Amino acid sequence: MVNWIWLGMIGLSVLFGAANGRIQQVTEAAFSGAQTGVTVCFGLISILVFWMGLMKIAEVSGIVRRLSLLMAPVVRWLFPDVPKDHPALGYILSNLSANLIGLGNAATPMGIRAMQELQKLNANPAVATPAMCTLLALNTASITIVPTTLIAIRMNFGSAHPADIIGPTLLATAISTGAAIAADRWYRRRQRRGAPPMLPPIHSPVHPPVAAPSGQPDRPPASL
Amino acid sequence: MVAALNALSAWAIPMFIVLIPLVAAFRKVPVYETFVDGAKDGFQTAIAIIPHLVGMMTAISMFRASGAMDMLIGWVAPLFSGLGIPAEVLPLGLLRPITGAGSLAFATDLIKTYGPDSLIGRIASVVQGSTDTTLYVVTVYFGAVGIRNARYALKVGLFSDAVGFFAAVFACWLLF
Repeated sequence: MVNWIWLGMIGLSVLFGAANGRIQQVTEAAFSGAQTGVTVCFGLISILVFWMGLMKIAEVSGIVRRLSLLMAPVVRWLFPDVPKDHPALGYILSNLSANLIGLGNAATPMGIRAMQELQKLNANPAVATPAMCTLLALNTASITIVPTTLIAIRMNFGSAHPADIIGPTLLATAISTGAAIAADRWYRRRQRRGAPPMLPPIHSPVHPPVAAPSGQPDRPPASL
Repeated sequence: MVAALNALSAWAIPMFIVLIPLVAAFRKVPVYETFVDGAKDGFQTAIAIIPHLVGMMTAISMFRASGAMDMLIGWVAPLFSGLGIPAEVLPLGLLRPITGAGSLAFATDLIKTYGPDSLIGRIASVVQGSTDTTLYVVTVYFGAVGIRNARYALKVGLFSDAVGFFAAVFACWLLF
């Protein structure tokens, strides 16, 4: 999809540029665009270096862990089908708290570990469980307290108050996260009421149709 | 609430900068060495974005220079001007869930073209900063464990992106 968007923009630019008699400007824009790309990234270095250093201190000193302990009750409420002492919950908490302070690089591996743990609770390994969908919803909404990249870009283009987007960003991200959680809950509830769970045809011979307890393939076996 | 959010904008960064090293020092962490150790990653992160941003910035700058962008915005503007949403930010809302680099480049282009402290520049900053690239997250997280049927996860993600877009516009109207 990204390939088509990129190709489409370039193709249409040349087409429209020719039609509007602006082909010269299009050529110049190609080079100036590339230059802006590099300049912006160089502008990011200062803030990212500083911020990652600060966040490393937060990580090593256990502040991030503290933060995740604060979120533990919420996470338990969001993931009712994950047993209380299951390792998945720990990874989910690390993933969410890393996202919260803007450590995207640390958040992704934690999220993947959490998915791997959730997969162990999954009766049908090709189909996502509700817990996995919830984790995904939280990650796509991605609450971040300080949007460092955008602050850096605003600084580069001479903003008088680069950081004044923190408040509105937090408000917007809180609303979208609320919407994600509400939608996720709605789908969970609809499923529990016994709407057909829409099992897909299993494409690959690698995954034989193992023991999905009929009707509720998303529940972990009782033994867990 | 407006006052509280504005105070947050002003105080979030100074609080982070003072409190984190203080708490860490109290817990006997060698703060400076730790800082330097973590800061190395920042350099690599910034450098790693260059190819993505150069590719996308080139395409978007060409698109704008050719006059195609103005035409596109001219078409959609009447649909959204009644809602108080500047049509210039709509393409950003559509790109955001699909491509992280593309939307970052688009936000940069809007900030560059209209100024970082214009309403468009601010909405662009908030839209870009408040959500993540849903398609990428779904691909990476579910791909890593071999999930083929994502069920309703994509719908929930895209729904929250749409809500986030309107919330970003609303938050900028409210606070600026």
